[in-house]
Amino acid sequence: MSRPPRTALAVAVVAVVLLALPLAGLLWRAPWSEALDVLGRHEARQALRLSLVTSLAATAVAVVLGVPLAWVQARVDYPGRSLVRGLTTLPMVLPPVVGGVALLLALGRRGIAGEPLDALGIHLPFHLAGAVLAETFVAMPFLVLAVEGALRSVDPKLEEAARTLGASPWKVFRTVTLPLARPGIVAGAVLCWARALGEFGATITFAGNLPGETQTLPLFVYVRLEAGDTDAAIVLSLVLLAVSLAVLVGLRDRWIGVR
Amino acid sequence: MRPLVLVVTAALVAGCTGGGGETGRPTVLAAASLTDVFEDLGGARFQFAGSQALVRQVRDGAPADVVATADEASMEVLVDAGLVETPVVFARNELVIAVEPGNPEAIDALDDLGRDDLLVVLADPSVPAGRYAAEALRKAGVEVRARSLELDVRAALTKVVAGEADAAVVYATDVEAADGRAEAVAIEDEHDVEVRYPVAVVADGDRAAGRAFVQRLLGERGRRALRDHGFLVPA
Repeated sequence: MSRPPRTALAVAVVAVVLLALPLAGLLWRAPWSEALDVLGRHEARQALRLSLVTSLAATAVAVVLGVPLAWVQARVDYPGRSLVRGLTTLPMVLPPVVGGVALLLALGRRGIAGEPLDALGIHLPFHLAGAVLAETFVAMPFLVLAVEGALRSVDPKLEEAARTLGASPWKVFRTVTLPLARPGIVAGAVLCWARALGEFGATITFAGNLPGETQTLPLFVYVRLEAGDTDAAIVLSLVLLAVSLAVLVGLRDRWIGVR
Repeated sequence: MRPLVLVVTAALVAGCTGGGGETGRPTVLAAASLTDVFEDLGGARFQFAGSQALVRQVRDGAPADVVATADEASMEVLVDAGLVETPVVFARNELVIAVEPGNPEAIDALDDLGRDDLLVVLADPSVPAGRYAAEALRKAGVEVRARSLELDVRAALTKVVAGEADAAVVYATDVEAADGRAEAVAIEDEHDVEVRYPVAVVADGDRAAGRAFVQRLLGERGRRALRDHGFLVPA
C-alpha cells in the first residue's frame, strides 16, 4: 500500500468526525441501564418487527421490479433512456414527505389511480401495504442505480461468447450476466434495504401512524421523542443504527473485496 | 493543505454563529396551531412545532426569546425547570370534528366517530391536540378505532382535506385555516375540553425583546389577529 498524502488524510479525518460525531452524541447520552427495559416494551418490539417486515418486503419488491429495469437501462439502447433514468432516480432527491404527498395524490382514495383501486377494495393508505409501497418508492432507486452500474461493468464479450455458443438470451442472462453482476445486485439490495429501514417521511405522510399496522421503528422513535421519552428514543435509534451498521460494514468489505 | 482545512473550519464556525445578529427582533417558538395568526402578527422570527418539541428545544438551550404552547402542561414543565418567566394565557381554542365539505357522511356529534364505516384519524396522544381529543372522546364515552395517530394536529386535518379520512378531531382554528376545504362540526358543550394557550418570556433569551412581543400579543393588535383566526380571547 502506498503512503497516503497528508492532505487527503487530514480531510478524511474531518469527514469522519463530521459523520461520526452525532453518533458519538447518541452513544454518550444512551441510558444503558434502561436499554433492556425499553427493548422489552411491547410497542417497541411491535415497531421493530413491523420495520423488519416492511423493509424486507420493500426490498423484495424492489429486486423483482428493479433488476429488470436496471438490465433494460444498462443493455437496451432506446430513445428517452436518459429521461427514464432521471424519472426513476427522482425519489432519491425528492424530500420524502413530498414523495408521500405524491403517493397520496396518485394512490390515495381520491388519487388518479387510487380511486379505481379503492373501488376494487384495494386500500393502501393506513395499511401495511401502504408502508411497504412508501419504502419501495424511496429506496428502489438506490438498487436500480447500483445494479445498473454492476451490469455495465459486465464485459459484453462474455455474453456474446455464450450467445455464439448457442445459449438463449434468458440462459445468457441467468448463467453469465447475473452471476457476474451478483456482487452489485447484493450491494444494491442491501443499500435499498437500509434506506427502507430508516424511511420516515413518505411513510408517515402516505401510510399514517398506527401501532401494529404502519408505525415502523423510525415513526415510533419520533413519537417517543415527542412524548418527552428521550431515553426510549435513543435506545431504539441505536438498535436501528446497530443493525444498519453491521450490514453496511459487511457490505463494504464485500464490495471492495470483489475485484 | 492547511488553507483548505482553515477554510472548512471557518465555514463551520461561521455557520454556527451566524444568523442571530438582529437585535430587537425576538425569536418566538410557537405551537403548530398558532402558525397563521402569528405570521399575520409578525414582528418576530417564528419557529413552529408541536408543543412537546418546543419544550425540548427550550430545555436543550435553543436560542429563543418567547415560547407559546398549546397547553398549560407543556408550559408547566418549563416553569418548573426555571427556564421561563411567569406565563400568561393569551387565547383559547375549541375542539371540533373536521369533515369533508358538505359533510357527506352526515357526522353530527362525537358519538358518530364510533361508527364502523368511518375512517377517523386523530392526533397522537403525545401532542396536546391528541390528548385533548382523547379526553373529549372519553367524556363522551365513545370508542374510536382511529386509523392513524398523526404527529401533529395539522397533519390530521390534512388527511381530511386530502379526502383520505372522513373525520378528524382538531382545533376550530385549524378548520378555519383550511379555507373551505374542510368543514367543522361542533362538539357538544358537555364533552368539549378547554384548550388554553400560555405564552412566556424565555429566561435565557433577550428578555426586553421578548416582553415587547408578549405585550403586542396581549394588546389590541394581537387580540384582533387572534379573533380574526377564530381564537377565543380572554376578556
